[in-house]
Amino acid sequence: MSKTTPSNDAGPIRMSISSRFENIELAQHLCGKLLEGREVSEETKHWLLMALREALANAIKHGNRQDLSKRIHLEMDVVGQNLQISIRDEGEGFDPGAVEDPLAPENRLKTSGRGIFYMKTFMDDVRFRKLEGSGMEIILTKNLSAGKEKEGNRT
Amino acid sequence: MKANVREVQGISIVDLKGKITIGSGDVQLREIINGLVEKGKKNILINMQEVTTIDSSGIGELVGCYTSVTNKGGKLKLLHLPPKINDVLTVTQLITVFDVYESEPEALATYAA
Repeated sequence: MSKTTPSNDAGPIRMSISSRFENIELAQHLCGKLLEGREVSEETKHWLLMALREALANAIKHGNRQDLSKRIHLEMDVVGQNLQISIRDEGEGFDPGAVEDPLAPENRLKTSGRGIFYMKTFMDDVRFRKLEGSGMEIILTKNLSAGKEKEGNRT
Repeated sequence: MKANVREVQGISIVDLKGKITIGSGDVQLREIINGLVEKGKKNILINMQEVTTIDSSGIGELVGCYTSVTNKGGKLKLLHLPPKINDVLTVTQLITVFDVYESEPEALATYAA
């Protein structure tokens, strides 16, 4: 049986989910489907799905504050060699520059504040944009061909 | 997440299975560890062998558990850390905070020290 070759003109996945943590795995599943048939290492896939999880958890918890009347808008696409993920919430937004460094000694033992750090560690590019009106958009990009793993300093 | 607590040589070994993620396992982990501490169980070994997924919330809970046990004069250590969870702890420099063991007898022996 031949391996499925994705069509280059396959459109993006666009979806809107309610602000429930249970929906994170639905989005991860669909992202996995988007990558099916592409030459993406299991390592790369694992870490980008973790970054997706962190971004969605952030949008649901801190963005929409689990308000079920607010939605999370997700768009995922492969453009060239890059997976691009856009996640928009309907919350009040925040200043990404104000997020504390979880590696600073005074923050090392805090129980929160690592989500954005993990996104930046496991993706090639992470951008935040405060939307006009309300909401925050986060755009995650991963080069699927680079085999760039930043999973730590395992020796 | 599923959890089983067993007592071996006076140490509470918590065998975890499944996900420790936001809304699914993170709070449960805190409740289990706090429950042990409230019962006076201060020496705790968390067996991570069958943990399939962890996220920043799960890591945060692990750190919170470590702090609350340590503040009570106890010791919380980790056993059988899967490689990817090891990586997640490494990038946030938490791997140096936890004592991690690959062998249960070896881990248990360290509590006597």
